Amino acid sequence: MSNFQLKADAPIRTSPWMAMLIIIIGTVVIVFGIGASIVTGVANISFGTVWASIFHFDSNNDHHVIIQSLRLPRALAGALVGAAFAVSGAMMQGMTRNPIADTGLLGVNAGASFVLVLVFAFFPSLSFEYIILFSFIGAGLGAGLVYSIAYFSKGGRMTPLRLVLAGAVVGSVLTGLSQALSLLFQINYDLAFWSAGGISTAEWFQVSVMLPWIIVGLLAAMILSRSITILSLGEDVAAGLGQRTKWTKAMGAIVVMILTGASVSTVGGVAFIGLIVPHIVRFLVGVDYRWIIPCSAIMGGVLVILADIGAKTVAMPYETPLGSIIAILGVPFFLYLARKERRELT
Amino acid sequence: MNSDILLHSQKRKNRSIKLVFLFGILLLLVFIISLNTGRYSITPIEVWHTLLGAGTKKQNLVLFELRLPRMIISVLIGAGLAVSGAVLQGISRNGLSDPGILGINAGAGLAVLLFVSMYPSTSLAPPFLMPFLALLGAGLTAILIYFLAYKKGQGITATRLLLTGIAVGAGISAATVILVLQLNPRNFEFVVTWQMGSLWGANWKFVLALLPWMIILLPYVYWKSKTMNILSMNEPISGGLGLEIHKERLALLAAAVGLAASSVATGGGIGFVGLLGPHIARRMVGPEHQYMLPLTAAVGALLVLVGDTIGRSIVANTEVPAGVIISLLGGPYFIYLLMRAKA
Repeated sequence: MSNFQLKADAPIRTSPWMAMLIIIIGTVVIVFGIGASIVTGVANISFGTVWASIFHFDSNNDHHVIIQSLRLPRALAGALVGAAFAVSGAMMQGMTRNPIADTGLLGVNAGASFVLVLVFAFFPSLSFEYIILFSFIGAGLGAGLVYSIAYFSKGGRMTPLRLVLAGAVVGSVLTGLSQALSLLFQINYDLAFWSAGGISTAEWFQVSVMLPWIIVGLLAAMILSRSITILSLGEDVAAGLGQRTKWTKAMGAIVVMILTGASVSTVGGVAFIGLIVPHIVRFLVGVDYRWIIPCSAIMGGVLVILADIGAKTVAMPYETPLGSIIAILGVPFFLYLARKERRELT
Repeated sequence: MNSDILLHSQKRKNRSIKLVFLFGILLLLVFIISLNTGRYSITPIEVWHTLLGAGTKKQNLVLFELRLPRMIISVLIGAGLAVSGAVLQGISRNGLSDPGILGINAGAGLAVLLFVSMYPSTSLAPPFLMPFLALLGAGLTAILIYFLAYKKGQGITATRLLLTGIAVGAGISAATVILVLQLNPRNFEFVVTWQMGSLWGANWKFVLALLPWMIILLPYVYWKSKTMNILSMNEPISGGLGLEIHKERLALLAAAVGLAASSVATGGGIGFVGLLGPHIARRMVGPEHQYMLPLTAAVGALLVLVGDTIGRSIVANTEVPAGVIISLLGGPYFIYLLMRAKA
């Protein structure tokens, strides 16, 4: 019980009103954010043109084509992967009661990226529908490695420190392998951008393949949310309440694999979304995962859309990788957690 | 480990000398093998002839201008990184410390990268300036990590130091990526291979630029080995023994940062050597620094040299950076250590 993520003496608090507020305001922000994201970019496009391009598409108008083929899929991909990474992080934090859980920090992204590099190197002509399946497997591989290292450690306690260190090392070994492979197969330049979170290359086709997976993943997360709330109180408590904890964890792991795998295959490994968003949401809406999960999805989407607008504008006309923009927010947050929760980390 | 501690000091000293000798021979062997390895193959007899001055023009070029400086650099940075890791582990009292894990290499790398990106062509970058720039980057990073991990009343705990290092390292990598992507494709390729530890600075100029750092810092650390023995005990004990803890620790930290920075400036981002070297040495001669440090340096040198040799010969047409090979060896070893550690 020593690494109890939630303060045990505090009453279990939830604020559904706050959660509703986040969902409503967040949705509005996402809609406007997508609009703002579409008008932002090197080519100057007005809101009026955006409106026209959606409702009276004219294939001879360059701006309409830019909007339809580049900017709209990019903005939608941002909202989707933001939701997916944030919900993955929330689920990992809840299921393992580890405050420093994030798909980027615990090797899930690295696993997916590594398998994707393998696919690019050996099956360069594979279609995206199949690539995404490999990405799921890779995500599972990375997570499996990190968690089994922590699980089979001396004493067998999966302390957050152990997990983070294992994640860092598994990440650096897999990245090393990916880099070596990409050097050997000459897939260097695009890959670097992509492995740092390259949302600019998202296409309609990718979005349409990714969309059903992410919707299924988010729905499954909602269905599991009650069990995760109970699990987050402690495995003993959950077992005492008659929950099949192993089943919940297995299902949760599959959901994380799907959400992360789908996101990484489209935009690459973006870390820290799954760390920041659930913490802020938990602070606002309390400890009930039935609210944490939908609010994380919404706020994750908001975060990525806003960060992507930043990625386009910070160093115009260059694209700044999304992963770097988010890391600028995520690193201080990580440092804050490392300082604050000292007792619970070891 | 227990039986090691029971060994007499004299016995241990003999053992240490023997092992350093053994590793020296190993190093020499790998050195000779490495001299023969590469795209242009030279047999050992030809190497011998060339070393005596009887080689063809092409053999001379390959041996003296390409391979020899590169191998000397491998040996130097291997020793430097390994000893740097030993010092960091000693003063932080944490077996998992390593300049790579703690983000110090990344800081050095960022500084070098900033410099390189301002130069139109990489060959113009003056090698003597690079270690200083790297030192600046690494030093600032070390200071940043130290302050962020410091908490009033508790000082620095090993846990917080590691987590802070990982976080700061992630931040620096993010900044590095932003910078790297704005380079032109030619510089880009160079920087990417450099980051992987490709031992790019492989000519005599770089050997000369690196050598003074090693000549000054390695003996300094060795000279301080008794101090480090005391520092690696509990703080109250070392304080009770009349040691100015903070001053000594700071000086040693500076030396460790200097070793790591100058190595990174010439070799690129090679991780895990600072972790593997000291651990292997400690397993063989125990934790006392006066016996363990020379062996650490030898193991580190051997590691990088072997890594580079493998990287050069594993694939026919291109080479895999030494850093990648070493991280494939070092990563699993780190995981093994992590699984055995109590925290």
